[in-house]
Amino acid sequence: MSTTTSATPATSGTVLDSGEDFKAIDTIRRGVRFSPELKEGIGLTLVLAVLASLGQVVVPIAVQQTLDRGLNAPGGPDTSFTLAAALVAAAAIVLTSVASYLMTARLFTASERGLATLRTKAFRHVHDLPLLTQNTERRGALVSRVTSDVDQVSQFLVFGGLLFVVSVGQVLVATVVMVVYSWQLALVVWLCFAPLFLSLRYFQRKLSAAYATVRRQVGLMLSAVSEPVVGAAVVKSYAVESRTQARIDEAVAAHQSASTRAQGFTAFSFSLGGVSAGLANAGVLIVGIWLGFGDDISAGTVLAFAYIVTLFVGPVQMGTQILTDAQNAIAGWRRVIGILETPADLVDPGPEGRVLPRGPVDIRLAGVGFAYPGGPPVLRDIDLEIAAGRRVAVVGETGSGKSTIAKLLTRLMDPSEGAVLLDGIDVRDIAQASLRRSVVLVPQEGFLFDDTIAANVRYGLLDATDDQIRASADELGLGDWLAGLPAGLETMVGQRGESLSAGERQLVALLRAHLADPDLLVLDEATSAVDPALEMRIGRALERLMSGRTSVTIAHRLSTAESADEVVVVDHGRVVQRGPHAVLVGEAGSVYAGLHASWVAQSS
Amino acid sequence: MLWVIATPDNAGNRRSTWDSDPHRLTARRRPGIASGPRAVARETTDEVQERVTQRSGPWGRKRGLSGSTTRQGFAVLGVSIRREPWIFTLSTLGSVLFGALTVADAWVLGWSTDNVVLPAFEDGEIGSGMLVAVLALFLGVAILRAVGIVARRLGAGVMQYRMQAHTRRAVTRQYLALPMEWHQRHPTGQLLSNANSDVEAAWGPIAPLPMAVGTVAMMAIAVGQMFLADVVLALVGLLVFPVVILANLAYQHYSSPLMTRAQQLRAELSEIAHESFDGAMVVKTLGREGEETRRFAAKAEELRDVNIRAGRIRAAFDPTLAALPNLGVLVVLAVGVSRVLGGASDAGDVVTVSYLLTVVSFPIRSIGWLLGELPRSVVGFRRVTSVLEARGEMPYGAGRVASGRGGAALRVEGVAYAHDPDQPLLRDVAFEVPPGRTVALVGATASGKTTLVSLLTRLVDPDDGRILLDGTDLRDLAHGELPRAVAVVPQTAFLFDDTVRGNVTLGLDVSDEEVWAALRTAQADGFVAALPAGLDARLGERGTSLSGGQRQRISLARALVRRPRLLVLDDATSAVDPEVEARILAGLREGGHDATLVVVAYRKATIGLADEVLHLSGGRIVSRGTHAELLVTDPAYAHLVNAYEQQHDGTAPVSAEVQA
Repeated sequence: MSTTTSATPATSGTVLDSGEDFKAIDTIRRGVRFSPELKEGIGLTLVLAVLASLGQVVVPIAVQQTLDRGLNAPGGPDTSFTLAAALVAAAAIVLTSVASYLMTARLFTASERGLATLRTKAFRHVHDLPLLTQNTERRGALVSRVTSDVDQVSQFLVFGGLLFVVSVGQVLVATVVMVVYSWQLALVVWLCFAPLFLSLRYFQRKLSAAYATVRRQVGLMLSAVSEPVVGAAVVKSYAVESRTQARIDEAVAAHQSASTRAQGFTAFSFSLGGVSAGLANAGVLIVGIWLGFGDDISAGTVLAFAYIVTLFVGPVQMGTQILTDAQNAIAGWRRVIGILETPADLVDPGPEGRVLPRGPVDIRLAGVGFAYPGGPPVLRDIDLEIAAGRRVAVVGETGSGKSTIAKLLTRLMDPSEGAVLLDGIDVRDIAQASLRRSVVLVPQEGFLFDDTIAANVRYGLLDATDDQIRASADELGLGDWLAGLPAGLETMVGQRGESLSAGERQLVALLRAHLADPDLLVLDEATSAVDPALEMRIGRALERLMSGRTSVTIAHRLSTAESADEVVVVDHGRVVQRGPHAVLVGEAGSVYAGLHASWVAQSS
Repeated sequence: MLWVIATPDNAGNRRSTWDSDPHRLTARRRPGIASGPRAVARETTDEVQERVTQRSGPWGRKRGLSGSTTRQGFAVLGVSIRREPWIFTLSTLGSVLFGALTVADAWVLGWSTDNVVLPAFEDGEIGSGMLVAVLALFLGVAILRAVGIVARRLGAGVMQYRMQAHTRRAVTRQYLALPMEWHQRHPTGQLLSNANSDVEAAWGPIAPLPMAVGTVAMMAIAVGQMFLADVVLALVGLLVFPVVILANLAYQHYSSPLMTRAQQLRAELSEIAHESFDGAMVVKTLGREGEETRRFAAKAEELRDVNIRAGRIRAAFDPTLAALPNLGVLVVLAVGVSRVLGGASDAGDVVTVSYLLTVVSFPIRSIGWLLGELPRSVVGFRRVTSVLEARGEMPYGAGRVASGRGGAALRVEGVAYAHDPDQPLLRDVAFEVPPGRTVALVGATASGKTTLVSLLTRLVDPDDGRILLDGTDLRDLAHGELPRAVAVVPQTAFLFDDTVRGNVTLGLDVSDEEVWAALRTAQADGFVAALPAGLDARLGERGTSLSGGQRQRISLARALVRRPRLLVLDDATSAVDPEVEARILAGLREGGHDATLVVVAYRKATIGLADEVLHLSGGRIVSRGTHAELLVTDPAYAHLVNAYEQQHDGTAPVSAEVQA
């Protein structure tokens, strides 16, 4: 399938699906589809569940029999019967307990397996989402979707789902028994419970909305909590602790009140079951008496019926409780499924995608335009050809749209209009694996993972050996820098790489890119100011990194523009000038001449 | 010594973040006089300890939780009960009401049978009054019972959520109070997990608590009646209890380590997710989604396996507790039948004891639900407590900075600082910046510039020496005083998930004109004006909607709007286009900003602003003077700042510089 239809601006920044608009049963169906483990062996588990819940009926009966026919046997207690019956009852207890154990253990196994799969799929899908969606979603909220939202589901799957099915079964069996005794009284019982059943839908809706709010608030709360953690230095140096705390307190309070509100609905909806039961008991007696006047029923039947009603009420209350408690889990489940159902609209053509041939890439932008959803155009009518092996610098003021070009070339976003072609192939038709293999972006801020330098560099080439990494570093002229680090390749870089300086982070990013060995190298402002000695290293490393490849640099520096084969000047979303530095700088009054003047002023 | 910091006045002041919680249990810190920096640190530590002890109650003056998991679990519950006694009472009363009315229900049925149903069938008629009475009784009991349910469940919910909120406020206050060094050691994902999953775990048992407590009464009454019926059989029946306790001990024993592991894994999972989403750009551009997923999946699978193992134990525990009273009934029957035959017991008493034992099974089960939640609760509480007990809160003095305008005088005296005593980051650093002057800090990577900046803004305190602002040691200033005079613009801009205005003012009461003026100097007015909502435009988490250079300029405006008397720029314009940077620098020089300026810089245009340049190397100041002087006198300096030109022009740097 080659989906080359252009992604419209409206969809390229899709907000994550909250999943709030589908029903509980839909959620469960979808959830099971994403976690097929949940269905595995469900038949046997259900049999065990029935056996375990039968125990709740069988055991009291066994005890009753032992009492009635053993201890209270006519003619005095019957020791042998009592002991025999007690043994049988004990066997029944052990059997049903074992069934209960097996059922719960199986449920735990199936649901934890299913949820681990769901978590992992959702995590993967977050990475498949467009950059824009990733950026608009709060990090804490995304994290909560693959962590605490999933945790909520587990309780329901183990203690809810199957018991609900069993409860419904028990209600049906109780109804049959009631009808056998007296269909009129059975009708009375059902009528008394009708308001509950009818209001259940209303409460489910309310509860569903209430718990959706709770889960959303958890995400917002985590985002608020992450501020003083990630921004600790700013919070401290500006002494805005109380303001930051106020923002957190607000999120904590919002979560608290949302939870309390949801709990209120749960409690109220659950209590309705008890009221219905009272109504049913009274109804059975009153209607029973009335039926008795017509000789339709005996006093014994009425009294027996009053006891049978409890067989009906118990599972109804159990079922109601499970349903109400389930809403929290369902809300969490929906949010996880919501991720999975948000389209990853940079569609990977997959195995049918084309493969870029190795060797320097040539680039063509044909009538490219780009706008963020609902925003003004960032790029307009860009037509640009870059021959294979050329070294191009893109310059322009901040906000001119030059960084967007880098994102389009690396297919972090698709253009709203026109097409980006590499080696004559529309990037949308190139298999992602091939594209990522051939095209590497070194972003402005080289994000590092909290691990060793070696591990971070291996993001470029997974199976790189330490020797390969060292050789690669030597090629870039970074060997002595690496050797000078306290633990060499095994130096820990700290969270987000913060133990290294900004310049050193760049070196790691360059080393990473070099190991990846791309055919098209896109550098986005990778040369922001660092200490000059390091700067020189970076410059040298870049020089070597770019040789033999096509490279596009989003440049801020005179030197980068000067040493490029060609400079492309972007202004207000359009290409306004292009050509070698020497030529452009001579075009008096041009955008480039202006930029150049300020560069010169800077470095003199 | 110099650090005489604590007076009753500032003591309250520096606790302000804690005090803002109206429900706090914490003791107001006691004033005391400290005699040195170490003493200050210790004293503060004791304060934290005292606070924690106060909060966590009497189970451990110094050591926190101790004893078996069950005891610890009850201790944690004790904390919540002491904290929310009224809601706890209400929900427990609700639970008792529910229990009582469940009994009443049976009584109403009996009464109706004897007084209404049977007479009605015998007489063939019934007064409508009686029917109304039946209806009223059943409904009355049902409604009261419903009230009990609502009180119990809502009460438990309110209590649980209040405790969660209290704890989250305390934990996040602690995040705000703990020093940078602590933050650097703790990954974001872990801290998020502490504030979320661990807090939830700690207060999980509150949900089944009222039911369990409420049924204790039921159990006590039933046990009492058992003894009234037949002492021997009651004792036989009560054998159930030691077995229940054994089962619980076994459960807690096997469960606790797994729960501990599971909470740790939850935190690690959150850590991986947070980091991976943070680095989404790198993951995407290098096509490493698969590897990241495998990294996450490995942890998710480990958590899965631990949860399954814990689940199996739980799966055994619940039915065991359910079965024990039933087995007890059978034993009572077996013993009872021989006692009846021997004439020691009455058959009726056997029946009564057996029945009462089945009554006891419900409380045992509901207490079992509570016990089942305890191991996870204890683990969560411990993890939260370890944050609350973390030490190293920064002490503040009572000093005020001089108000008014004009640059501040900065004096650094013999300052030394090290994370690791063997690897000093700064040694013997001394310099002075007179009001309104500019000093540039220049040095190679890892020469100590950023460390010095953290000392100037008191993110950390020096191990030795001192830093004086207008003659006052920074450590003597009250909390919030230093930022009134000093603003720092860090290397990496951090923006809040707030509007442009909120990010610039950070709550400071300034007019929009002043905000715009600051944005103008920072060269940020253009792109802010172009945002659809202008100052009210929301920037998204960490300002993701802006470019790196734009974020730096907002961050700069944040500093400028405060009209600081000392402005510290830590390579603050590194991601800004040179043209824009030139305009910013011009604005700083000309725009009536008479602040004292400390800049960490590499670009010569920036260094050129400085009245004095300090060349740092290996944590020391190796030379000082004007830029031109240093170029001549300090070859290493010349090499450092000219490396750039050397590389690109191939011309002799010094001569080129002399011309400039």
